Amino acid sequence: MSALTLQSMFSAMVQRDLLLALRRRADVLTTFFFFVIVVSLFPLGIGAQPDTLRAIAPGVVWVAALLASMLALTRLYAWDHADGTLEQLVLSPQPLVILIGAKVLTHWLVTGLPLVLIAPLLCLQFDVPAGAMGVMVVSLLLGTPCLSLIGSIGAALTLGVRGGGGALLALLVLPLYIPVLIFGAGAVSASAEGMPVGAHLSLLGAFLLIALVLGPVASAAAVRIALE
Amino acid sequence: MAINIWKYASPQTFYPLAGKLAPWFLALAAVLAIAGLYLGLLVAPPDFQQGNAYRIIFIHVAAAWMSMFIYLVMAFWCAVGFAMNTRLSFMMALALAPTGALFTFIALWTGALWGKPTWGAWWVWDARITSELILLFLYIGFLSLHAAIEDVRRADRAAALLALVGAINVPIIYYSVKWWNTLHQGASVSITRAPSMASTMLMAMLIMSLAAWMYAIGASLLRVRIIIAEREQGAQWLEAGALP
Repeated sequence: MSALTLQSMFSAMVQRDLLLALRRRADVLTTFFFFVIVVSLFPLGIGAQPDTLRAIAPGVVWVAALLASMLALTRLYAWDHADGTLEQLVLSPQPLVILIGAKVLTHWLVTGLPLVLIAPLLCLQFDVPAGAMGVMVVSLLLGTPCLSLIGSIGAALTLGVRGGGGALLALLVLPLYIPVLIFGAGAVSASAEGMPVGAHLSLLGAFLLIALVLGPVASAAAVRIALE
Repeated sequence: MAINIWKYASPQTFYPLAGKLAPWFLALAAVLAIAGLYLGLLVAPPDFQQGNAYRIIFIHVAAAWMSMFIYLVMAFWCAVGFAMNTRLSFMMALALAPTGALFTFIALWTGALWGKPTWGAWWVWDARITSELILLFLYIGFLSLHAAIEDVRRADRAAALLALVGAINVPIIYYSVKWWNTLHQGASVSITRAPSMASTMLMAMLIMSLAAWMYAIGASLLRVRIIIAEREQGAQWLEAGALP
């Protein structure tokens, strides 16, 4: 039997995780609807004047995306940790960093991408102009992978901690999300005010590149610590 | 004669050393604090704009400097722990964290006390204030993660990894908040004071910073002794009772 190449192992991991997500549809949908509900709560709490709504829309959508992506993180490694798959991944001859990368990619496809796709609809609820709506989608497209990559470190660090670690995960991960939030929501606000958004999106892109390089490495180290 | 720095990398040899050094650092901290407070509160002239309200900076600035510096020292010991696999480095990082969190809290608290008479608000979303708040969250995250993991060795390494990730993020967070602040044009208040600061004020501030520094070292040494004693329970050298 020939050894698996790196590419085939990567795609096998992605396929497996996608299949697992498909079998546990309810979980994926929960995150999605959590996002929609949180966004819908704000007009009810703050008031539905169109001016107010337009002003708060970027922040509300982005904060809701942050919370939704954080809620989904607990599932990133927990099941594989519980049934021993994670141990097998650590023992496999392929580099753990690549396998972690595959897991994070799938996690983003399943929990991050749906948020990006539904965002325009939520923007309509907040009377966001069309141009800013496009910027919202682009900023989420650049920002949500960052959230998955940074969050993956926290998810791996909180594996097997006392009391499940949901609230602890929030405490660890949310401060690290702040730069993404600032420039993600900032891009949309700038666009709505007719200002250029290139700088915001470039910075988000830079964050994504840094997270792409360092996130899987740190996550792999954290997984090894958790399995010691 | 070369001094063997590795000798004190072991908890067994460091424990008595820390015990000997801690009182000296704490005494130095007390002397410096008395001198600094005397200069700051009694000798330094009142500010012509802020009157006497500015005098809280003698505590505020020292605490703010130490809060950031201690996080870096903590991350440094975590990195050393990973590189050299020394238990004592992780213990040192853990011993520093509460002092760092304390200074962060003091900096925020005294800042609020100063802000109310000067800016008319307890809190403004200034870049430095916001970063300081996030720094407090990072300290609390470090301590919570360490407390949540049963196995001490795992807790050490997991918290150390978090501290390193945080250290990479601290400058990113600082500049993000700074740019966010200038973009929003909100409370455009600046903490930068007039360039011509009376030399007694500067002197008092430096002495108070040194006092805070010495206190941080002394308190951390005492705390690391407790951590060592906790972890080395039952070790013969500790049981022997030869050590204080």
